[in-house]
Amino acid sequence: MAKTYDELPIMPISDTSSEGVKTGSWRTYMPVIDLKKCVKCNNCWKFCPDVAIYIGEEGFPHVNYDYCKGCGICANECPTKAINMTRGDSE
Amino acid sequence: MKQVITGNSATAYGAKLSRPGVISAYPITPQTTIVEYIANFMADGELENTQYIKVESEHSAMASCISAGIAGSRVFTATSSHGLALMHEVLMWAAGARIPMVMVNVNRAMGPPWSVWADHQDSIAQRDTGWMQVFAENNQEILDLVIQSYKIAENSDVMLPNMITQDAFYLSHTVEPVDIPEQEAVDEFLPAYEPDHTVNIGKRQGFGSLVMPDNYMEFRYKMAKAMDDSRNIIKKTDAEFGKKFGRSYGGMMEFYKCEDADYVLLGAGTSVSTARQAVDELRKEGKKVGIAKLRYFRPFPYEEVRKLASMVKGIGVFERTFTFGHGGPFYNEVMGALYNDPAGSKPFIKNYILGLGGRDVKLDDVKDVFKNLEHETNNGITEEVQWHGLLKPQEVK
Repeated sequence: MAKTYDELPIMPISDTSSEGVKTGSWRTYMPVIDLKKCVKCNNCWKFCPDVAIYIGEEGFPHVNYDYCKGCGICANECPTKAINMTRGDSE
Repeated sequence: MKQVITGNSATAYGAKLSRPGVISAYPITPQTTIVEYIANFMADGELENTQYIKVESEHSAMASCISAGIAGSRVFTATSSHGLALMHEVLMWAAGARIPMVMVNVNRAMGPPWSVWADHQDSIAQRDTGWMQVFAENNQEILDLVIQSYKIAENSDVMLPNMITQDAFYLSHTVEPVDIPEQEAVDEFLPAYEPDHTVNIGKRQGFGSLVMPDNYMEFRYKMAKAMDDSRNIIKKTDAEFGKKFGRSYGGMMEFYKCEDADYVLLGAGTSVSTARQAVDELRKEGKKVGIAKLRYFRPFPYEEVRKLASMVKGIGVFERTFTFGHGGPFYNEVMGALYNDPAGSKPFIKNYILGLGGRDVKLDDVKDVFKNLEHETNNGITEEVQWHGLLKPQEVK
């Protein structure tokens, strides 16, 4: 609801976290990691600009598809070409 | 305690006395020694409650200051010229996020042609960022302005960032006697900063978040109103500072020997000091002349300009900068302030552009401008905007 200027704080402060904004739906290309080729160098995790890659229990990287926008930086940085950008369904 | 120090040293002392929680700055000529003086204070343990953040650019310096400001810290930075221009995007953010930080900008010409000397175009180009902007005339005024500016910016009716500008080399690297106030007295004048809104650990919030078209205007109006209301806070704070420390500067604008003056020059920065001497000498010759020292450019002192216009026959707006397209920025603002003046004062007004890129504005330059102003007030204008001292090709007869 729009408010009059005297009802507003001096700057907009929202109580919702950006965690609620699932940016995965923006994706056109979807990264798929071939764990057989992965050498656990963590380059994908380091370079992901959206913190959408997490390291699992055995030290392998996984994509959080709720937030991955499909930019492809991880696939570009992977030294063993273990990440393929596909047109598959994002889920 | 009086010391003989440069404008950059006065800046660093002003910052130290204001007890900032965070300082972040990137060195650039002629601001560099400000960064060095503050680093000395840090190394000597004289700023034990301050964090000094080293960064890779001016954009990052301003971004660090904004973040620290949102976290509730009093913050300080300093820059110059192209460094200020690099901050442009985040200057907008600082003002929109209502961070009451203080920055000293050492006024330096914009390149090319490459130049490191005094010129006001760098800060004038940041006119619309939502920052207050005030010009200092001497080193004492710089130090006093740093302390005053926190008090003004942090007032709950203002909450806008404040940029203090000082002329490259004429102040930044020139020593003058400066009275450095006692820390206790400054603490009494400027209590600790207690913001209404800060980030809280454990509480998820987005600051400066998206606003739909149905409410953006209201947030901008609040900034506009705060800038307008700051005029009274500036005057009040300057007067209060005067009572406490024995120095005040006339609030928005200082009139020097204007009471009975027919011809007045209106300008800002160090050339005002030269003009004061010219006025004193011309007064001895019987000329009724004066100086209107523009201190604040944002907010603009339109009421003071209207008052001046009601007092005098001719105003010469002399300035160390130019707005490509039409005249100087001070000239345009002065003209704009008078069109809807209820008193309808319409003195003769002419624009003089001089001293660009650090060219000296000498006593004789100011006297020549006064002579031209008097002549053209009585005999008609030759050109609206005159580039004084410009080297022109010789006329072929």
